[in-house]
Amino acid sequence: MSDFFTLSVLAATAASGIRLATPYLLASLGETVGQRSGVLNLGVDGVMLLGAFFSYWVVLETGNLWLAVLVGVIVGLVMGLLYGFITVVLNATQGISGIGIYIFGLGLSDLLFRRQVGTPKPVRRLPDVDIPLLSDIPHLGPALFQRNLLTYLAFLLVPATVLLLGRTTFGLNIRSVGENPGAADSLGVSVERTRFVAILIANSMAGLAGAALVLQLGIFQPNLTQGMGFIAVALVYFGAWRPIGVMGGALLYGLVNATVLQWKALGIIPVSGSDLAAMAPALLTILALVILARRVSAPAALTRPFTRH
Amino acid sequence: MRSEQKLLEMKGITKVFPGVVANDSIDFDVRYGEVHTLLGENGAGKSTLVKILFGLYQSDEGSIRLRGDPTEITSPSEAIAARIGMIHQHFMLVPTLTVAENVALGTASTRRPFTDLDLVSERVAEISRQHGLAVDPSVEVRRLAVGERQRVEIVKALYRDVELMVLDEPTAVLTPGEVDDLFVILRRMADSGHGLIFISHKLREVMSLSDRITVLQNGRVVGTTTPAETSKEELAQMMVGRSVNLTPHKPKREPGGVRLEVAGLTVQGDREGVSVDQVDLQVRSGEILGVAGVSGNGQRELAEAIAGLRSIEAGGIVRIDGIDVTDEDVRARRDRGLGFISEERMKDGAIAEFTVAENLLLLEHGSKKFTKRGMFAFGAINQHCEKLVEDFAVKTPSIETPTSSLSGGNIQKVILARELSAKPKVLLACQPTRGVDIGATEYIHNLLIEQRDLGTAMLLISEDLDEVLGLADRIAVMYEGRIVGIVPTGEASRSRIGLMMAGVPEQEARNGP
Amino acid sequence: MLKSLVGTLVPLLAAVVALAFGATMLLALGASPVEGFSAMFDGAFGSGSRIAATAVKATPLILVGAGITIAFRTNVINIGGESQIIAGALLSTVVALNLPNLPAILLVPTVLMAGVVGGGIAGAIPGALKAYASVNEILSTIMLNLVMVQFMNYLLRGPLIDPYEMEAGTRIPQTERLSDNAMLPNLIDGTRLHLGVPVAIVAAVGAYLLLWRTPTGFRLRAVGHSADAARAAGMNVERNITLALALSGSLAGIAGAILVFGSEGQRMVTDGSAAGFTGSAGFNGIVAALFGGLHPLWTVPSAMLFGALLTGATQLQRVLQVPAALAVALNGIVVIFVVSSTPARAWIQKSLTDAGLFNRRSDSRTKGPGSSREGAGDLPDLPDSTEGSGDV
Repeated sequence: MSDFFTLSVLAATAASGIRLATPYLLASLGETVGQRSGVLNLGVDGVMLLGAFFSYWVVLETGNLWLAVLVGVIVGLVMGLLYGFITVVLNATQGISGIGIYIFGLGLSDLLFRRQVGTPKPVRRLPDVDIPLLSDIPHLGPALFQRNLLTYLAFLLVPATVLLLGRTTFGLNIRSVGENPGAADSLGVSVERTRFVAILIANSMAGLAGAALVLQLGIFQPNLTQGMGFIAVALVYFGAWRPIGVMGGALLYGLVNATVLQWKALGIIPVSGSDLAAMAPALLTILALVILARRVSAPAALTRPFTRH
Repeated sequence: MRSEQKLLEMKGITKVFPGVVANDSIDFDVRYGEVHTLLGENGAGKSTLVKILFGLYQSDEGSIRLRGDPTEITSPSEAIAARIGMIHQHFMLVPTLTVAENVALGTASTRRPFTDLDLVSERVAEISRQHGLAVDPSVEVRRLAVGERQRVEIVKALYRDVELMVLDEPTAVLTPGEVDDLFVILRRMADSGHGLIFISHKLREVMSLSDRITVLQNGRVVGTTTPAETSKEELAQMMVGRSVNLTPHKPKREPGGVRLEVAGLTVQGDREGVSVDQVDLQVRSGEILGVAGVSGNGQRELAEAIAGLRSIEAGGIVRIDGIDVTDEDVRARRDRGLGFISEERMKDGAIAEFTVAENLLLLEHGSKKFTKRGMFAFGAINQHCEKLVEDFAVKTPSIETPTSSLSGGNIQKVILARELSAKPKVLLACQPTRGVDIGATEYIHNLLIEQRDLGTAMLLISEDLDEVLGLADRIAVMYEGRIVGIVPTGEASRSRIGLMMAGVPEQEARNGP
Repeated sequence: MLKSLVGTLVPLLAAVVALAFGATMLLALGASPVEGFSAMFDGAFGSGSRIAATAVKATPLILVGAGITIAFRTNVINIGGESQIIAGALLSTVVALNLPNLPAILLVPTVLMAGVVGGGIAGAIPGALKAYASVNEILSTIMLNLVMVQFMNYLLRGPLIDPYEMEAGTRIPQTERLSDNAMLPNLIDGTRLHLGVPVAIVAAVGAYLLLWRTPTGFRLRAVGHSADAARAAGMNVERNITLALALSGSLAGIAGAILVFGSEGQRMVTDGSAAGFTGSAGFNGIVAALFGGLHPLWTVPSAMLFGALLTGATQLQRVLQVPAALAVALNGIVVIFVVSSTPARAWIQKSLTDAGLFNRRSDSRTKGPGSSREGAGDLPDLPDSTEGSGDV
């Protein structure tokens, strides 16, 4: 254990944690926007898988990382159009339609991968970008400021989301539509349009998260996410629907995972216990849900389709 | 400031919903600078009329003229654009947002795409000062008391430069002090040229605030007058009116022992404040105690508390046949002989998707009479249900019909059949004929009297004064959570009860005509 | 009349569109849809043993699906099928490992019961959390899925691992060969049709009888339609919600036991993921239930259909080199369409009404005081998820 508590190891763990947190953060931020408008999207994992696969394929074929990232976002956008249609226009039950998207994304990404690629081939990874000066801070510097551009983007999107929700008219509309759509409607705000755009944002971010995941790992395989998207949804609850809280949750999650990995590498966790340790994040989330259930309020209109009388 | 030009003219407005004519050829107008009150009981059609004005409903017939020009209003945005504002009875506010954000919602910002809440706040403060509203733009609405929230709604309207303001039962949720404050504000607004439509059923307030009063009853205009030309008593008479007089044959009965007792009952409301306030009641075997009052004065909460569906503040007691059931749940109270007919039959009285037979079995489904080796014995069940349907004259194609296909009256009969066949010792009947046609109403009334004669102690809660006068042996009047008075039916007159329903205490009411 | 025609047409349309989508995907992958669908049909129903294999594949779907109908009819959304299958499988495996010499006539029912108990517990936990702590069951069941997978990996790589693996050092997460006495007996020689198939069908029938022929099922359905009315009638809503998820979990638990004791390898084995053991039956069972109209008896043919999709997909892969994952993607499309079709039906009807095709007065959509609810359609309404603030 004393091996763990050396600065260099801690710093490496922090670095790993921040990297691991990136896809969670991206997906969760998007989902936060969606849920604040009253829409629950359980299909995040499926969208992430599709975003991941298409990004991977683009890098495989073209070697262009940034095109791959763009493609990931576009895939998310397309899925957002689909989900927006069934949720806002058709008022389908959100929990189950989300699962449908998840199964669809799971199957399609698997199918396309086996068909178009076959065996997992490693690809270029996102390069770490040094932020001058800041990365020279001993220990902490490399951990925080030698990350890839998508990680920086993810963390920059946190204040951006805060700004969006708190200081723009659109953000005001989102917040009101998620709490009291009737009130918003009575003042001339289009509930449908607001929710549709929020869904597009949420799904694009999910696609981006998938791209981040695969381009950080440098490889794709079927069911790459292993349920990550669902955790991202849970992180929104965990963060009480606030971007800062969600960031905290994603970081916590990433750091816990990184710590577990580090402990395994250091032998602190015997190999036989590694699976139990892997349970920790999900268990923590359930615990958080139980504790928070009565204290934190979801947006009042979450999952309720809106129809005017 | 009075002016003769009409700000608003509504002519011949008619609106029909399935089964009920909400507005029947209504003429209504508002002048500049006046407070014109729409007075009437629940269901008289006041809310419907103003919702048509605000674009939430479309009228089936009739026309609207604004400032002399014919206008069609098909949505709230159009109403707002026409400078009509509505202060809804149930506030249209987003609790988690601040006052300024609520006011700004739906308006264009000067700094698109960013909000300009600082400018909005300034304007809010200005309006607040101008009209004496005392509203702080930076506070989250959920922290505001009810009276303050209402003022936010008023600011919202004034911010949008509203000229014609509709206030739907604004005092329903206010304390007497807040009411006085509100009236000062409203008077100022009228004096500065706005036209105000004030909806209420509270006579004293109406007399004190209005310039003109239009009384609605059953969807029609009964008359238009001014406070100078009328009195509370006359208004009460106009409100309650001559509806179909159902006085069922009620033989005189000597009531027996006390079966239901309620003491010091206080219940928290869904909003801030208590909805039932230190209520004491006793109901004897073979007696119907009617609870009269305009809906929203705590009747629903009272019934739910007695049934076990709502928790009671410490100190309150409910006793059935002398046994303290205050801590017992619904099942236990029912086992002690409590029957409950809830006021919203489709919400918690019956299950729409269940068949008639299933609803009839809602209480006794577990009984040994109907099961054999753990599974339903459909023979016995069908026999039982067919008999109930016959005994209670339920009009249904079969007992397997989904209950939602039945008319309101027949659904109510199903509920009654279920509750009464369990031979209740105490029966809570809430709005038993609401939304029920005349024929079924008469039938249900006779059923209730029969039940009384069998020895049941019945608490009859109804906003239909005629129903209470016709059925009850004694009448308690509820106003703002308290019992304003209890009178034997023989000594009660319609106008006296009507005054008590409007908040006038028993003594004063007695001294009226 | 036109309205009801539209009503039945839309779900049918949904199935057709799903098929069309499948055909498009086949085309896009360079395969002929006709060849594709016929290969799948052949793979699923081409011979006696293939039909048996399809039935065996469908078995977990029938069980999970029947459980789902119980949960959904109580207005509880159970996405935790995977965790409940695993829990049932683990408990039954532990029982078999500890009682290997019990005669088959006792051991087989015992391991199945263990499945019931394991799955029941895995269902009761989120059920109780929802009923008594207002925790959103969608999230808690999903989280439990993730927990259970790791727990399974831990047990199969650790305490329950095949000692042979330990020696050989290969560390494949699997148990040792389980007692022959625990294995589900084969019913028809030459096929893989084992006892699990009739057990599943009996369970589906049992679910039907429970829901419509017993007081318990009556209460579950009452709570599912209207918790308010149920409570006013004296029913304990919280207990019923917990029960619904527990029962749903138990059925999934039996599926888990059947997966172990009907397996060819005669052991419990995984590849580290949930789907490696369950074949995603926890999710596909939801699809089967939805497609069967949330009726336990209809779940059987519906599950057969999806079982056929799965076995057919393997044949598809063999013959046309189209990855079997196509079936998974198709599953997802079916869910989306079925879920959209109920409201889609209402939407189409509303659009037609607005366009003046239906009599405006009688089908008036403007809600007024005392308006009755929209008549029940063929498909019962899907349960609402989270109920307002406070239910996290």
